[in-house]
Amino acid sequence: MIAKQLSIFLENKKGRFTEVAKILGESGINMTAFTVAENSDFGILRLIVSDTEKAIAVLRERLYGVSVTDVVCLRCPNIPGSLGKAMDIITNAGVFVEYMYAFSEGDTANVIIRPDNLEKCVEVLQANKLELLAASDLYKL
Amino acid sequence: MMWNEMIESMSREEMRKLQSYRLKNLVEHAYHNSPFYRKKMQEMDITPGDIQSIDDIVKLPFTVKQDLRDNYPFGLMAVPMSEIVRLHASSGTTGKPIVVGYTRKDLSMWSEVVSRCLIAYGATKNDIAQVSYGYGLFTGGLGAHSGIESIGGTVIPMSSGNTEKQISLMHDFGANILCCTPSYALYLAETIHASDIPLEEFKLRIGVFGAEPWTENMRKELEDKLHIKAYDIYGLTEICGPGVGGECQCQNGTHIWEDHFFPEIVDPVTMQPVAPGEQGELVFTTLTKEGMPMIRYRTRDLTSLHYETCDCGRTAVRMGRILGRSDDMLIIRGVNVFPSQVESVLLEMPEFEPHYFIVVDRVNNTDTFQVQVELRPEFYSDEMNKMLTLRKKIAARMQSVIGIQPEIKIMEPRSIERSMGKAKHVEDRRKLY
Repeated sequence: MIAKQLSIFLENKKGRFTEVAKILGESGINMTAFTVAENSDFGILRLIVSDTEKAIAVLRERLYGVSVTDVVCLRCPNIPGSLGKAMDIITNAGVFVEYMYAFSEGDTANVIIRPDNLEKCVEVLQANKLELLAASDLYKL
Repeated sequence: MMWNEMIESMSREEMRKLQSYRLKNLVEHAYHNSPFYRKKMQEMDITPGDIQSIDDIVKLPFTVKQDLRDNYPFGLMAVPMSEIVRLHASSGTTGKPIVVGYTRKDLSMWSEVVSRCLIAYGATKNDIAQVSYGYGLFTGGLGAHSGIESIGGTVIPMSSGNTEKQISLMHDFGANILCCTPSYALYLAETIHASDIPLEEFKLRIGVFGAEPWTENMRKELEDKLHIKAYDIYGLTEICGPGVGGECQCQNGTHIWEDHFFPEIVDPVTMQPVAPGEQGELVFTTLTKEGMPMIRYRTRDLTSLHYETCDCGRTAVRMGRILGRSDDMLIIRGVNVFPSQVESVLLEMPEFEPHYFIVVDRVNNTDTFQVQVELRPEFYSDEMNKMLTLRKKIAARMQSVIGIQPEIKIMEPRSIERSMGKAKHVEDRRKLY
């Protein structure tokens, strides 16, 4: 259930993201999803890739500041109200979401969530019969 | 162990007698053989007869770096050029370089004082020393080199640069002693840790670090990373180069070899001597140099002198840490800022690498003060909040140490330039003139 997300520190300057995309591309690593959090100085690129270990190795070799974080991927119908319902469950359980990002594919939406309490988040979502995407499946998307 | 026990542990009274005798000779020599010093003394209405003891040194005029530039290249030599056997020069990033000349006797005195330093660190003739100071016009390489030969050690004359090769030879030759700038030592340590060779396969035990000011935290960092004892070697080109003073195994101040280099501390504003132990600008008089004597040379280094006998048994005066070079001092929004203060904050915070770069500029008539830093790899986080909290924490710490708050810019890992010699830490973009 628990997937690995890479976070890459990037200075806010031209071409930094391009370089990361190229490095991953040349190494045959596919990006499943990503999001950027930024301020005026730097950004944090968070991404899910097809081969986490290999991506860490190639990026660290190029001296990138890379950290790995456990996240969970919620799979819900791509219809109005479905995310709200899931979020209610999480919030009512007292779990705080540090950040999240989503992408949809047709009838299905995938929501990557970084909660403050991962175990509890997984537990309440499963108890409420919500679908969590297996990490191996997520990497393949 | 001492290299020259009689001198290094001489009573203070005997030392003053020796210094008095040598100062009288020096002033005679300078007055009669150097038009520069004669003119200066005549302007102050002083003749050699006015100097009867070391206490009379305060009557003599100061010498400053600009005097060396004004008399470029050989105007301060006090012997005919036929007696000069070697020249060295400082890099001279601003204006002309500073040139110094040595007679044969000056060179032998130099290797004597470097030998004293090496023995004080615990070096022996069985040691193999890698000299990674630059060889050439810079005094570091050849200065350390001759001291090691003098005590009978084995020299690896590496010079600076080519870090990969430095490390492989250090490993293959089993170097016990590393001589270089502390910032280059740190870079070598990082490179060793990133290499395939485990640290246990190196035989380093002593670091001889100098040519730039460094801090107690930096010492700890170097000792931990290289499994060595790290010692200061102090010197400056104008006085002779490295070896003007060195630490002993007590690591409690840098012993100045004051039978050759008489140190004073003066208030940099009033130019009056301060009480023992108080801080001020370090001033040297070379008591025995023939080729290019320096009388009351203002080093611009800010430090203090301590005259109590050291636990090692040496009576030679101890110099405290260099707080900064008044030349390196930046005045930002009216506050005196030393790059060493920035370094000391980085070294006390485990989240940050010790490397930094300061950018000072002036925007809308206000000074801007930016410090670029790197995090240690494990502290680059996925959470913006954590990163911003770290940035705030170090900015606040710098504010409390320095007095003004810098803008902290977190950089990508290893994006701040690592130096091979003296580290360049500051870019001052202000156009004030």
